[in-house]
Amino acid sequence: MSLIQQLINGLAQGSVYALIAVGYTMVYGIIRLINFAHADIYMMGAFIGYFAVTVFHVPFLPALLLAMIGCAILGMTIEKIAYKPLRKSPRIVLLITAMAMSLILEHGMATVVVGPNPRPFPELFKINIIHLGPVQINNVQIINLSVAIILVLILQYIVYKTKTGKAMRATSYDMEAAQLMGININNIVSITFAIGSSLAGAAGVLVGMMYPRIDPYMGMMPGLKAFIAAVLGGIGVLPGAMFGGILIGLCETFTKAYLSTKLSDAIVFSLLIIILIFKPAGLLGKPTREKV
Amino acid sequence: MLKVKGLNVFYGAIHALHDISIEVNEGEIVTLIGANGAGKTSTLRAISGLVAPKSGEITYNGTSLSGVPAYNLVNMGIAHVPEGRRIFANLTVMENLELGAFNRKDKDGIKRDFDMVFDKFPRLKERTWQQAGTLSGGEQQMLATARALMSRPKMILMDEPSMGLAPLLVREIFTIIQEINKTGTTVLLVEQNAHMALSIAHNAYVLETGKIVLSGSADDLLHDEAVRNAYLGEC
Repeated sequence: MSLIQQLINGLAQGSVYALIAVGYTMVYGIIRLINFAHADIYMMGAFIGYFAVTVFHVPFLPALLLAMIGCAILGMTIEKIAYKPLRKSPRIVLLITAMAMSLILEHGMATVVVGPNPRPFPELFKINIIHLGPVQINNVQIINLSVAIILVLILQYIVYKTKTGKAMRATSYDMEAAQLMGININNIVSITFAIGSSLAGAAGVLVGMMYPRIDPYMGMMPGLKAFIAAVLGGIGVLPGAMFGGILIGLCETFTKAYLSTKLSDAIVFSLLIIILIFKPAGLLGKPTREKV
Repeated sequence: MLKVKGLNVFYGAIHALHDISIEVNEGEIVTLIGANGAGKTSTLRAISGLVAPKSGEITYNGTSLSGVPAYNLVNMGIAHVPEGRRIFANLTVMENLELGAFNRKDKDGIKRDFDMVFDKFPRLKERTWQQAGTLSGGEQQMLATARALMSRPKMILMDEPSMGLAPLLVREIFTIIQEINKTGTTVLLVEQNAHMALSIAHNAYVLETGKIVLSGSADDLLHDEAVRNAYLGEC
């Protein structure tokens, strides 16, 4: 197993974590909520993709788009019915509500909609292994990486180049001052949930293609790791989430390859603890003062 | 132009504002002065819709502002420069100003207003691409004021523009407030620096622990013995 091979595997894995982590960090940036239901939106994305392909027989791109749109709507709906009425409540109330939303999605899917058993994600592309010297890379990995990169570029464009993005950054910095500029913050919060959720939905489909077994609890572990990625990069900092996602993906792949498969998760979590001891605000986060 | 009648605001059990009534006529500078915690900022925040009053009436050109969300006020012509400036430190100076004109569609008008604020605040023009958080306190106050002007307000609410600034800068800011007023913008100014505020205002209200204890023309208050003793540091 060559080093470059592991690098490629790690990047493919990391890009998925990055896509999910972005949603955690964006929502946190705007309403200071760790949205625990986010991991389950990722799971829902995989299932929407699954049904799009198995029931409606659409190819990859429409399936991906359907998953993204479906998750965007789901994310906005959850925000409107569960989080918005609590915006002025203590943060712990919001956090517990997010956990409840997560459980509702997981168990709703497992008991009512699809049942608890894993389902095989349909093969959208015939897996083709390409040999580049000693390194082998398959077409699904290439597609996943390219889709992730394109989505991240689009996200960067929206956040840093558009008027909506400017309003998002302003709202995230100071919600009250943003209102005084005439920014309708309810819309901005909705848009933030929509974007974050659609990226998680895309990740769901991409993971379905890489590891073709999906079930209602598939969001737990990747969700947790993406959350760690967001914290590691500095929660609320967009480039931090992407960087953290890639880092976690690489770490996980390298520990699995060179140290221990069993301990790889433990090592990833220990890494978080160690980094947070030295940089409590995350790698790219700035230490914040508590507002009074 | 702006009428506040019998305004009561509570923070939990704390009765922060007691029956506040103020009136601001078009073209005036009206100031609310008083010590820390007197309720000056709460009054402005209630007008802006940032806190919900328990009772009372706020009307602007005859329309009630109750239930109007804070983000709609700027469309009605009211801009609020909040306490502590509250600029977006993570955005550039230019982006801050653009956000001031967030809901405007008239591209030419916005362009003219950019020229107008850069003319008024040449220091901001030199720093358009700088992150707003790197500006000095005085520059940040200028940015906050310029940002409010970018919405082309008919009325501007200013909350302690002199806070934390050197005396020379305070003078500069107050001169600018007077200029803004001369171009037809009505100003409601909240200040702890009573002397400066009274010297530029037309009318004034004195707040003490959430109540209006004195009101009248700024000139009269400037010469009022009780005000001189309590707020102008003379005994």
